Amino acid sequence: MGTPATTTARPAPARRSRPAPPPRLRTPRRRRGGSPARPRRSVLLTALSALVVLYTLVPLAWLVISATKTQSGLAGSFGLWFDGDFAFFGNIADTFTYDDGVFTRWLLNTLLYVVLGAGGATFLAVLGGYALAKFDFPGRRGVFAVVIGAVAVPGTALAVPTFLMFSEMGLTNTPWAVIIPSLISPFGLYLMWVFATEAIPAELMEAARVDGAGEIRTFFQVCLPLLAPGTVTVLLFTMVQTWNNYFLPLIMIKDPDWYPLTLGLKSWNDQASTAGGEPVFHLVITGSLLTIVPLVAAFLLLQRFWQSGLAAGSVKQ
Amino acid sequence: MHKNTARALRGLALACALALGASACGSDDDGGSGEQVSADDVQAALDKGGKITVWAWEPTLEQVAKDFEKEHEGVEVDLVNAGTGNDQYTALQNAVSAGKGVPDVAQIEYYALGQFALDESVTDLSGFGAGEFADAYSPGPWNAVTQGGDAVHALPMDSGPMAMFYNKKVFDKHGIDVPTTWDQYVDAARKLHGADPDAYITSDTGDAGFATSLLWQAGSRPYKVKDGTDVTIDFGDAGAKTYTDTWQQLIDDDLLADTAGWSDEWYQGLGDGSIATLVTGAWMPANFESGVKDAAGDWRVAPMPQWTEGEEVTAENGGSSLALPAAGGNQALAYAFAEYANHGDGVQTRIDSGAFPATAADLKSKEFQASRFEYFGGQQANKIFAESAANVPGDWTYLPYQVYANSVFNDTAGKAYVSGTPLADGLKSWQRKSADYGSQQGFTVH
Repeated sequence: MGTPATTTARPAPARRSRPAPPPRLRTPRRRRGGSPARPRRSVLLTALSALVVLYTLVPLAWLVISATKTQSGLAGSFGLWFDGDFAFFGNIADTFTYDDGVFTRWLLNTLLYVVLGAGGATFLAVLGGYALAKFDFPGRRGVFAVVIGAVAVPGTALAVPTFLMFSEMGLTNTPWAVIIPSLISPFGLYLMWVFATEAIPAELMEAARVDGAGEIRTFFQVCLPLLAPGTVTVLLFTMVQTWNNYFLPLIMIKDPDWYPLTLGLKSWNDQASTAGGEPVFHLVITGSLLTIVPLVAAFLLLQRFWQSGLAAGSVKQ
Repeated sequence: MHKNTARALRGLALACALALGASACGSDDDGGSGEQVSADDVQAALDKGGKITVWAWEPTLEQVAKDFEKEHEGVEVDLVNAGTGNDQYTALQNAVSAGKGVPDVAQIEYYALGQFALDESVTDLSGFGAGEFADAYSPGPWNAVTQGGDAVHALPMDSGPMAMFYNKKVFDKHGIDVPTTWDQYVDAARKLHGADPDAYITSDTGDAGFATSLLWQAGSRPYKVKDGTDVTIDFGDAGAKTYTDTWQQLIDDDLLADTAGWSDEWYQGLGDGSIATLVTGAWMPANFESGVKDAAGDWRVAPMPQWTEGEEVTAENGGSSLALPAAGGNQALAYAFAEYANHGDGVQTRIDSGAFPATAADLKSKEFQASRFEYFGGQQANKIFAESAANVPGDWTYLPYQVYANSVFNDTAGKAYVSGTPLADGLKSWQRKSADYGSQQGFTVH
């Protein structure tokens, strides 16, 4: 798989001034540089991309710069440049020690929710997507309809009914109240389904079966490696979703000891508007920066897989 | 953008909770009906011990809970910060409609109490003998927890009789006199902004709590509630006109800083002199001390400006109570804690950590009034606050669904701050929207 069909490539008609390089060499370059009909860079598109990059990076820059300021320096200085005092490391230390180090607890909670919730959601999505793509069974169309319908229902709309159900089961205010709903990812299932359909040739499974591999072995040893790019994509999606989850824990969890980072930072932020409360904006900002570091790291580490996952199915092979 | 989304989400949750609450409470009849619980029963519960869960965001309760546990062996108080204000009310409504995970004691602000009292999701404390406390609290808070009736829906925890905090350094620098009437306040605003274009008399971007407090002081009584479900909303009275006429001038001449309250910029403005006054509740000093450290010594406290010269009328702003959700567990023990925190020894503990009490005896006590605030240049500010507390007209009523009404203030009346809509028209559209919602919820609205 993945070998470009070099033999079908036609030479680009626009480039005749120089001697045309052999097709075998040109093909990879063409894949990287865009279609042969558009050999030059578009000024408009470059400018637009630059704008989008700026739009995306400015808040991040603001966050990093603000994390170096003291409480009084925050509003007292220009947002996108540094203040006189460089309080970055002091802020980090304060974030981890404020309120008996509750930030660490929130960080571990979030990790727990992500590992079990997003990990579990990915595992279930891979299993389900594979089964739907590769096995023919009665009711498959029905499952398809339900999954598509579930993608359309926003999780927020289900939060309150879910709360009542979990309350009935006595699970509210426990980690399970966040982990169990996070296990369900209709979008992830749909993505894995589409991906599995494309990525696993039926012949390969056939061959594995002929060689005497059971279904379980076929799945784990033959198909799972082929599904890796899709799995990573789903994992990233569910990870971001669980890591940033705010509304579900907000209604499920009342005990600050089980807060994820999102709720914890909100509670610190709310201190500023409480009679007798202590405003800790600098810790909220430093905490926010620390909160996104693991996500950024995950994206950088996994982006290689993610990109190939996104491109899956976009090129006819 | 993010704030709006969060607000929309909260609104959604609240709407769901209200809808669910209404149906759940219809089938649930064991709610508080003034059941008699004697002092002996409460004492027995204390002796027996047990665990109660308290939902509150008031920071001074931490010490109170510790002291209470120390005093009563075997009693455990689980103090949980389940969110501030709206967040907590949504959670409480959800828990009440689910019938599980309901706390034994919950902090509820005065303006929101009506909503919980109406469907009897909080216990009537008159059965515990709380009716006798009428004279123990200042008029504003007591009226808020009884709503003029015999039932006592909660025990007042703190109060916010209003006063004017002003930056003396700024006033002195520009030679401005401290205003005693709202007309003088507008003059001061013009003079200040003229002398220093970066300085504003105060910041106001539209705040329902502040607007209702000013209406209260101006003699307007826009909300009337009969039998709990018969509601009148009218912003057309003389008091409302007094308020809008004056405030409109501040808006028209751009004399108000457009800094949202409680934001980082707002704290900064209080610190650097660009926001020169703050007319708010007496609970504010603790926030000055923790949030505006740089301006220590610059600020002073003066009585609230008057609508009519020579009068002494004030209003309450903010303040909250401790209520016992009807679906909570150990009510006798829960009451013992609420009573300890809001009427017993806990009050002094909370005063010592900077809370402003609602108890009349403490407000009148010499020691309380004599205490000097170093932050305010050694001023005996409690004298002004206590006087203000005594001058609050006790006949103000909020809507039984004020939480919703306040949530739509900025979409209606708040338009006056950002567009050419006159404030008076803004109030009318607030009235309309509040009335519509009331009708939808089954209230008879006039």
